[in-house]
Amino acid sequence: MAVTAQALSSSAPRRRHMSDASLVRLFIIPTLILLILWNVFPLFYSLYLSFTNYSAIANKAPEWVGFANYTAILSRPSFWNSFITTGVYAILSVSLQTVLGFGLALLLRQKFWGSGIITTMTLVPMMLSPVVVGMFWKLIYNPSYGIFNYLLNPLDPRAATDMLRFPNTAMLAVVIVDVWMWTPFVMLLCLSGLSAIPDYLYEAAAIDRASAWFQFRRITLPQVAPLLMIAILFRTIEALKSFDLMMGLTGGGPGNATETVSIQLYRLAFQGQFATGRASALAYIVLIIVISISNVYIRYLNRLRGE
Amino acid sequence: MTTTFEQTGPRTPVVESIRVDKLSPRSRLAGRARAIIATVLALISLIPVFWIIRTAFIPLNEVTAIPPKIIFTPSLEGLVGLLTDDRILSESALAAKRNDPNLSFVDRVMLNAGREVVGSSPYASQLVNSVVIAGASTILSVFFGLLSAYAFSRFNIPGAGDLLFFILSTRMLPPVVVTIPIFLMYRSLGLHDTHIGLILLYTVFNLSFSVWLLKGFIDEIPREYEEAALVDGYTRLQAFRKIVLPQALTGIAATTVFCLIFAWNEYAFALMLTSQNARTAPPAIPSILGSGGIEWNTIASGVLIFLIPVVIVTFALRKYLLRGVTFGAIRK
Repeated sequence: MAVTAQALSSSAPRRRHMSDASLVRLFIIPTLILLILWNVFPLFYSLYLSFTNYSAIANKAPEWVGFANYTAILSRPSFWNSFITTGVYAILSVSLQTVLGFGLALLLRQKFWGSGIITTMTLVPMMLSPVVVGMFWKLIYNPSYGIFNYLLNPLDPRAATDMLRFPNTAMLAVVIVDVWMWTPFVMLLCLSGLSAIPDYLYEAAAIDRASAWFQFRRITLPQVAPLLMIAILFRTIEALKSFDLMMGLTGGGPGNATETVSIQLYRLAFQGQFATGRASALAYIVLIIVISISNVYIRYLNRLRGE
Repeated sequence: MTTTFEQTGPRTPVVESIRVDKLSPRSRLAGRARAIIATVLALISLIPVFWIIRTAFIPLNEVTAIPPKIIFTPSLEGLVGLLTDDRILSESALAAKRNDPNLSFVDRVMLNAGREVVGSSPYASQLVNSVVIAGASTILSVFFGLLSAYAFSRFNIPGAGDLLFFILSTRMLPPVVVTIPIFLMYRSLGLHDTHIGLILLYTVFNLSFSVWLLKGFIDEIPREYEEAALVDGYTRLQAFRKIVLPQALTGIAATTVFCLIFAWNEYAFALMLTSQNARTAPPAIPSILGSGGIEWNTIASGVLIFLIPVVIVTFALRKYLLRGVTFGAIRK
């Protein structure tokens, strides 16, 4: 990259070299300004707010309170609850998606008549808006005329559980929807990994009379692993951020059974007392967690890109 | 296909592409079983989508039927109910209205459900907001993204890796976290609940994605084309416009569509930064209720109208989906 730019500039007249540099500046600066104004500045602003007792609806200037917000958050069980809820949700949904997505990819790996259209059809859910999806799953889960209970128990649908009414089943209900939406994503990445495995590896294994299990463990799995890793990291980050789906499906309830950190954050900052300062502190804690996982993810992406 | 294959023998050398295990009849049977299982699973996963279409067209009085009905006379009650404000009529008013000769099609649909149209609902204008905001922000983020992507792809920028890293990390932030300061910022600037405020925010939200994706596409265009043009006396800008842009057209189209979907689907920012004037469809859909309690056919119509463009676009984009969802990192 550097070589070509240099070669061009040395052979070209000086004016062009200047214009190249200013062109680069002209092309990049608008993007950086937008990102700084809408991302960097707000982050510093909320870092400051997290050390104050500011409330967006109180007519009072922010007052410095030091680490009080952070200690309050870390010592209150309701905050820990939302972290645990988010963690349980992330682990359940990501692991189910990984297993099912990989399985589906193995099924769709060899082309058959109509496999292209089937793959695309399964991909539709992940492109939909989670809040809207949550809304229509609410209808599907409806205990008296929804289709979910009807399919589970066609003879006596009313005997089945009202999924959204009890804490445990509500969590399960949200996980089912998330798995429905995002398994295709894992499948898509696995398919791409599978299609890149050279056939000669399997041929060599077949000649050596290696068992199917051995082929899977020693060829398929290690070859798909990098892409599977990308899928898992990406889904974990998204699961930790999850907000839309719960808002559409359960609103965080029943009680606070499906109240993820993001929903708690939203309630803290934009409902009731508008505890802006405390919400900012919680936001920072979330931010640090998500950023550290994102770092791993982006470095991984960069490495794949570089290859 | 496999049979002809066996009769004529491999067309390509065996080491290249023939899987040994494909040849046994047992594994051919396994292949067919796989196809059937995959098809069945795909169909099961589409049940919810089918269900929403069904509910959008079912007449109101049959929504709550038990067992759920699949066969019914489709009606537009849900759709009309979504786009209009209506009220329930009494028996006598209903009879009087039936005899009115000047009823429009819309009136007649609602009359079947025992209702009278009294005005238009806010959902129509919320859909318009969605279109305007998603469209404008997409144009801006693709435009700025294209410029930066070109610069990152073609020039040796000091610290380029870190800059790209920074650009993508902004995308990873949970929306709720960024919203608190932006809410305060917008309130003091008068941007709260305005179209321009949401457009700018979505532009930034999509910018990192568009830089990364477009950089991948531009990286694939051989730089020799531009170099030849530069030798022919084109300026950099001319080479960019006349050589790179036409070559990058598919990439630009794919990026545009992805940005459109993200902005169209966005919920958290819209929920917290708009109230009435600039409210888009996603935060509005959960509040569609209808005049007589929860009218599921109305909600389903709202959901359906909102989802149709996304489904169409997914099919149009299928070749680029993988690339899009991995920020351009994986290309095949």
